[in-house]
Formats: sequence, structure tokens, C-alpha cells
Amino acid sequence: MNTQSNVVPESPLDPRAIAPAALSETRPFYWSVRREFWENRSLYIAPLAVAALFLVGFLIRTMHLPAEMRDPALHPMLQLEFIRQPYDFAALLLMGTTLIVAVFYSLDALHGERRDRSILFWKSLPVSDLTIVLSKASIPLVILPLLTFAITIALQWIMLLLGSAVLLGSGQSVATSWTQLPWFQMSLILLYHLVAIHGLWYAPFYGWMLLVSGWARRAPFLWATLPLLAIVGVEKIAFNTAHFAAMMGSRFSGGNEGVGEKATGMSVALLPHLSPAQFFISPGLWIGLAMTAIFLAASVRLRRYHGPI
Amino acid sequence: MTVIEARGVSKAFGKTIALDGVNLHLEEGRILGLIGPNGAGKSTALNAILGLIEYQGQLRVLGRDPWTERDQLMRDVSFIADVAVLPRWMRVSQALDYVAGVHPRFDRAKAESFLAQTDIRRASKVRELSKGMVTQLHLALVMAIDAKLLVLDEPTLGLDLLYRKQFYDSLLTDYFDRSRTIVVTTHQVEDVQNVLTDLMFINRGQIVLSCSMEDFESRYLEVTVHPERVDAAWALKPIHERQALGRSILLFDRVANQKLDRQQLAALGAVRTPTIADLFVAMLGDKPGDKPNQAGEARANYEGAAR
Repeated sequence: MNTQSNVVPESPLDPRAIAPAALSETRPFYWSVRREFWENRSLYIAPLAVAALFLVGFLIRTMHLPAEMRDPALHPMLQLEFIRQPYDFAALLLMGTTLIVAVFYSLDALHGERRDRSILFWKSLPVSDLTIVLSKASIPLVILPLLTFAITIALQWIMLLLGSAVLLGSGQSVATSWTQLPWFQMSLILLYHLVAIHGLWYAPFYGWMLLVSGWARRAPFLWATLPLLAIVGVEKIAFNTAHFAAMMGSRFSGGNEGVGEKATGMSVALLPHLSPAQFFISPGLWIGLAMTAIFLAASVRLRRYHGPI
Repeated sequence: MTVIEARGVSKAFGKTIALDGVNLHLEEGRILGLIGPNGAGKSTALNAILGLIEYQGQLRVLGRDPWTERDQLMRDVSFIADVAVLPRWMRVSQALDYVAGVHPRFDRAKAESFLAQTDIRRASKVRELSKGMVTQLHLALVMAIDAKLLVLDEPTLGLDLLYRKQFYDSLLTDYFDRSRTIVVTTHQVEDVQNVLTDLMFINRGQIVLSCSMEDFESRYLEVTVHPERVDAAWALKPIHERQALGRSILLFDRVANQKLDRQQLAALGAVRTPTIADLFVAMLGDKPGDKPNQAGEARANYEGAAR
């Protein structure tokens, strides 16, 4: 017989006795992340729609491709570049899409629930403010980069298969696409770029936007952007310098911390120049992450104080 | 077991004092009605109990400090703030999924069976439901949570009579038992007169009346006085008078006037237990020191506010 279950708590008021046997902390987190996708369907619909449109464009291009590739004047290197171009472009386009989606998501994340008063419903459930803020922060920082990666890889595979089908249909070799393009490295660089730049390097931007969305009573977009512009303007007038603007610019362009913006081109030639080690020990990364942590901690605190607006 | 224990709880918003040293003691198994005019501090009191706002003074709910332990407390407390808070984009099935996902004491089958008695479809979004249906959905979610304390802040605001009656009926028959406790604020006091076990009037951040409904019924009596007995009736020091159809209706407090008995009053006219609304108007409608206000007008204002 299980004697453990018969143990009667000494005091019914003992909080540990009231709390039921360990509900793991990850469960509310998991459901809160899922909830975000229910509410913000644009998180996946926007990149999927862009991918579908891109595919249409790619098909039209591929129809013309055989004729152009028959051009004897085309150098093999150029030919390879010609085949490769749309794949890189697909990745860039999807990254741009999810970047925009992430910005709009972050600016609304802690604002929308106060605007529609649903925060009172969320707060009536045993989920801590920390769990909610972390689940919202995880969308732009972790989930969107991974989702972008997954959709990009799927899109590139579909492009490759369709492209090959068209080439085969016109009686040409598909060997170049399948063997000459470094698929594995391209995917790896894409994943690294998404995690390192879009996730970690841009983290303070998202942290800042989440904080503003939790603080502003209205127009979070203006509150998130205008103060930054004001700092740039005041610095320029007062000291005739542009350090803040330069700092923002370098943060946005990916900085010089091992993966510059050039890496977005995912040139295989760049692979040796990528140095994750250098990136992960760069102070810029860690200063950014520390700022993100501060912004998120402030957001948690704000959510505790704030009710509906 | 003590569910709520408040000692000198105060809260000010800027210069406005919303709660002014409120003391409250609520035992398990009670249904407390917190009644007060608009801006009296009802919602502030509930928000403090629910850990939604900071406050001064001592407050323990189920032995916890609500402000610092809200997420833990919410395992044992559920609340309906008012009808508009369920997120409008959410589907009914998603609401069930989410609460089942995060709440260790949520019984999904129970919620499903409540919903089966309504016209609410699982695939509907909250925005597609009528106001009454949103409340039914919220009530289904809340009643399926095995909570110790349920807090209802104007839960039936904007609902028609049928929905309101149904709301309190299901609450009493399907939810309430002696191990649960309910705190409710409402302007529709006639709906809760027979639901409450305890009554509390709050005005200007202070508790002005606190009694059980048994005490209420034995303490207050209302007499529709025969025209020729009016002078005799006034000699017994009623606490309030109102006029209806040319007759004088006097309200007596048997604690303030210990000698009064029911027989004595019956000689003056028809005796009955006043409604909560009657007492509310008597106590808060035209008090000296309050703004000059006729009782009838106060009552009209009060009922107007309830609509």
C-alpha cells in the first residue's frame, strides 16, 4: 500500500500542501507559446504565403531557364551562379518577411492583451508573469528563426525538385544543381546566421520592443522608434557626433563580430571566414544579451503592475 | 478555514482613496456579496484580493500574499472579472485546451458537459458568441476548476434576466458546496438576495455594513404603515422612510432599537423583510453628510447605474 498518498498535511494553510503535486513549469510555458500561434497566425501564414508566391515566380523563371542555359557563351561559373541565385534570394526574402513579422509581433505582444482586457483572463490562471513574458520573447528570439529555417529549407527543396523536373522535361542535365551546389553548407550557414544574428544578435531590439509594448498605453511603434531617433538627433546637435546612430547601425547590420551582413549571401566562400568562436566571445553579443535580460526583467515587472488600458 | 483575512487594507490612486483601512474576515463555505455604489472601492478590493494591484496593510488569501504569490494563488482561486475579458480571437476549443494545459485543477470533462447544455459550438470564436454565451463559456471554464475561492466582479453585467437567473442557478446547483467560497460584486442586488450567505456594503472605500443574511433578515424589518398609524410608527425611530402609492414605508433596525418586536410593528401595517436594495438606499442613499439627495432619487440613480 502506498503510504505516501495518505500523508495528511500538517496545516491546510501550508502553501505547499495547497499546491498540487508538481505541475512542471514547462507545461504552462509550452501552452503559452502555442497560444501565441493561435492568436498571431501571421507568424506562420506570412512566411508561408511569401514562400508560395516566390515559388510561382520561380516556376515562371524556370520555364525560361532552359533556353538561357543553352547559351554557349555562358561561362560554367556564371551558369552555377545563375542556378544558385534564386535559392539565396528565397532565403533572403523569407528572412526579411519573418523579420517584419517579428517586429510587429513584439510591438503588440504585451500591448494587445491590455488593450482587449484579456490580460484579466490570463492573470486569472496560474501562470506567472515570467512564464508569459518568456513565452512571448521566445517567439522572435528562438521560434521564428527556427521556423524561417524550416520553411526556407522546405522551399529550397521544392524549388530544386521543380527546377529539376523542368530541366529534365527539356532533356537537359540536372547534375549541376544536384552536385555543384553545396547544399549542406548552405543550410548550415543559413541556420547559423538565423540563430546567431536573428536570434541572439538582434535580441536587444526585440527585448526593447517587448518592453515598450508592455509599457506604452498607446502607439507602441512610435514609443519604440521615436526615442531612438531623438537620441540620434540630440547627440548630433549637442556634440555633432553620431555614436548612437553608428551603434544602432552596426547592431542592425550584424556588426563585425564574425558574421557580417555579407553572410546573408551565404556564399560558400565565406564559410571559412565565419568564426562562431569569435562571435560567441565577442563583448558585443554579451552586452546585447545582458540588455535583453534587463528589458525582459523590466517587462515582467511591468506586467505585474499593469492591468487593462 | 479562513479564506480571506484583511486588516487595514488601503489603496490610493493618486489623491483618490479607493480603499480606506478595510477589515474583512471570510470563512470557507460562504457566499459574500460586496455591494456598493459606483466608485465605492468594490473592484479595488477584489483586485487586491486577486493580486492584481499593490496595497497597504495586511491581506492573506488562503494563507498567501496575493500580490507576491499571484500565480501560486491562482491554482486555488478563480475569477470572472466581467464579461468582456475572454480574448475575442480565441476559439472555444482553444480556451478549453489552454486552461486544461496550464491549470492543474481543471476538469475538462466537466467543462465540456456544462457547454453541452448550451448552444456554444467548439469551433466558434469568442467574438462570434453573444454576450450571454461568452459568460456561459467563462462560467463553464471557471466551474470546472476545483478552486477554493471564486471571485465574481459584476459577472452578469449587461445580461438579460434569463441569463442572469441561469447564471446564479448553475453556480448554486452545480458548483457551490460547503468547501467552496464565493465573493461577488453586483449592482443587480435583487438577483443575489437569495444566493448570498453574507452581505457587505462598501462606500467610499470603507465597509459600512457587514452581516450574515440570517442577521439581515432578523435585524431589518420594513413596514407599510397604515396612514392613521404614521405618527405612532415614527415614534419607534425608523431609520428610513420611502413613499410608494401614497403609503409610507418605514425601515426599522432592530439592533438600533432593541425593544422593537415583530408584533408591535405588525400593528402598524404590513411587515416584511426589506430587500437588499431597500437597505442599501436607506444606508447610503441619503445619509447626513452625504450630498443632499432624496432617497427616491438615490434609488433611481442606483438602479440607473445597475442598467
